[in-house]
Amino acid sequence: MKNILNIKGLTIEGFNDNQWSTIVDGVDLTLARGEVLGLIGESGAGKSTIGLASMGYSRRGCRISSGSILFDGTELCQASDRVKQKIRGTRIAYVAQSAAASFNPAHRLIRQCTETRVRHGQLTAAQAEKEAIENYRRLLLPDPEGIGFRYPHQVSGGQLQRAMVAMAMACKPDIIVFDEPTTALDVTTQIEVLNAIKQITRHLGTAALYITHDLAVVSQLADRIMVLKNGRKVEENQTRKLLDTPGKSYTQKLLSVRSQRPIKKPVQLKQNVILEVNQVSAAYKKKELVLDTIDLTIRRGQTVALVGESGSGKSTLARAITGLLPPLSGEVIFQGNPLGASYRSRDRESLRKMQMIYQMPETALNPKQTIETAIGRPLSFYFGISGREKRKQVLEFLDRIELPASYINRYPGELSGGEKQRVCVARALAAKPELVICDEVTSALDNLVGEEILKLLQNLQNDLGVSYLFITHDLATVRAIADEVVVMLKGKIVEKGPRNKILNSPGHDYTKRLLNSVPKMNPDWLDDLLEKRKNTRSKKAA
Amino acid sequence: MSSLIKFIQKAPWSARIGIIILVMNIAVAAFAPVISPYGETEITGDVWEEMSLTHPLGTDHLGRDLLTRMIYGARNTIALALTITFLSFTLGTLGGFLAATLGGWCDTLLSRMVDLVLSFPTLIFALMVLSVAGTSILSLICVIAVLDATRVFRLARAVAMDIAVMDFVEAGRLRGEKTGWIILREILPNALPPLVAEFGLRFCFVFLFIACLSFLGLGIQPPTADWGSMVKENAGAITFGIFTPLWPAAAIALITVGVNLIVDWFLNLASGLKE
Repeated sequence: MKNILNIKGLTIEGFNDNQWSTIVDGVDLTLARGEVLGLIGESGAGKSTIGLASMGYSRRGCRISSGSILFDGTELCQASDRVKQKIRGTRIAYVAQSAAASFNPAHRLIRQCTETRVRHGQLTAAQAEKEAIENYRRLLLPDPEGIGFRYPHQVSGGQLQRAMVAMAMACKPDIIVFDEPTTALDVTTQIEVLNAIKQITRHLGTAALYITHDLAVVSQLADRIMVLKNGRKVEENQTRKLLDTPGKSYTQKLLSVRSQRPIKKPVQLKQNVILEVNQVSAAYKKKELVLDTIDLTIRRGQTVALVGESGSGKSTLARAITGLLPPLSGEVIFQGNPLGASYRSRDRESLRKMQMIYQMPETALNPKQTIETAIGRPLSFYFGISGREKRKQVLEFLDRIELPASYINRYPGELSGGEKQRVCVARALAAKPELVICDEVTSALDNLVGEEILKLLQNLQNDLGVSYLFITHDLATVRAIADEVVVMLKGKIVEKGPRNKILNSPGHDYTKRLLNSVPKMNPDWLDDLLEKRKNTRSKKAA
Repeated sequence: MSSLIKFIQKAPWSARIGIIILVMNIAVAAFAPVISPYGETEITGDVWEEMSLTHPLGTDHLGRDLLTRMIYGARNTIALALTITFLSFTLGTLGGFLAATLGGWCDTLLSRMVDLVLSFPTLIFALMVLSVAGTSILSLICVIAVLDATRVFRLARAVAMDIAVMDFVEAGRLRGEKTGWIILREILPNALPPLVAEFGLRFCFVFLFIACLSFLGLGIQPPTADWGSMVKENAGAITFGIFTPLWPAAAIALITVGVNLIVDWFLNLASGLKE
């Protein structure tokens, strides 16, 4: 079979700190017609850069320094802008990670989906619309005739992502580059998008580059998988072969599912209760309850995982507990004492005992404060420690979070995402809290880095006996760290109980669906699941 | 002191030019009585004399030596403009940050007060207040500073609003930090770049505003020299082909450029941009 894309010795450099540094280092890649190649690696591996380069494009501040990109006989490295422009959008299309940021909010979906087709003068607007509707149907979007006439904010995230796939498909391209198309989605919505992508690559015979950091996701779609690290190819193999017999230790590491920690014996004594949330309801607008009479108990030294899709009210519950969003009714009881509804009315001691770690380490640290200030402030603020003693303690914390002592004078901008998150952990612990609320602390990080953070949190819990309220949508994380699981749906708690009970024999339909939707490292998982769901649906219909 | 020298040594050439211009101006202003050939208000020649050895830049519309007037003018103008800009920035930034951080009634109250002041044409408002309060230097400083602060307030509030919703500010609030710390330590360092850029611009506008008021008789009172009023007083000379008014105008332009070159440098440093 003739290859549609043939990349040889591709080297891409980026301009950084007054010098060119290599981002992609001599990567070879071939893609046959109708084949799906998965590109996998952590952030900084050069996946997206390769994806863009296959369209002959390099980001601002980057240059393709050597190598050749042969697309269907055309050399894209030396091609003029006009040639490349003609190929892009018509023969190679691109699907970005965040559809919400890629659609123009001021235009209807269908206008944006048909734009390339009409602009390239291939079809009239009416013909293109008809075709777009056909694509919507193929992508299993609800109401295919009507959905295109909505604005981007009127459809859900998963639907928008599929609309973007429809946009990419509009010109019947030979290759579609998918750049992390499901990373920003919930597991339950992710399935819909994966299914849609599978349909089109299978039935239209479109070749695809599928870029992701999630091996389980890519194994559902890809024929072959290429593992990248720091701009170099680690290994490449057929999907099944790679999963069964990974050749390199790095791939094995990616393959290993988060290790599970032994569950602790819950001590059901009354005095062990740290936090009690009692019938709490909260709303941003009147009459639209985001939290509906929530009851929750956290015990000393335990980790309670709060699971649910985005919009289920998980983070709102954290805001209600911390007092950022005063609840409409109900109360929060901390170590037996009712807390004030707003954080403003709480005393310094109760603020100290409850700390928070955020999802985005980038925005959780003040970029203009050194690490010493960030970790040292709680020390001086709560305990009046200053000067040399403060510096000594900050160094101890750095040691504890496994960062070198030289980082003490650095600014957050000079640290990687995982290192920043470690600093956030240290900042929370510097207050010597009883309870730490972790709001999606690993979801902005790569799998391996997130794993390290979880390990760190677990070790600290073993040493210090703090309790965690762990908010997450990732069930692998729950499996790894939780003692108790609470499942939330639309502002209500639908199920709670010990981890093993919830994960192994869930009682509520929603919990079952949530558990079902987590991709497994098995190439047949998606097909099996869809088959099963279809059967149950037809059974129900009968 | 040595660290300051090192800091300046690292500055790009554009900033160095700016520093030279500013230092020269300040030196001239500081040593005005020593270096000027005549007294500030001394009439030494004919009206609008040409450049000569006795009058290096010629004379003004009353026959006073222009160089002398320029030197004394530097003293009044720079001191006044810098004082006013600093004052208006302190006021406006503080107000804007308070409004953004506290929100609620504090924001509403401050914002509506600023709207009220902004709804009057600035010049007319200034004329009104100055004619009531009198035309002393102090009232001049206060009036222009307050008027200018309303515009700084708008910018500071908008910038701070974006920063105040960041997680690290929230973390500070949850820690129990006082408003003062949140404004000075969390928000201010991150809001500096746009504010510093605005500073350069505002500085020039203040110059022009003082000149404007002086022309209308409510600014710096004659015979005190200031560049703005010197341009206005001597503007008529242009029609006779005499370029006397261009000297003070050039001085204003020069210091404006100088200040902005320095501001640009700070801006690059503050926003972390490299050359």
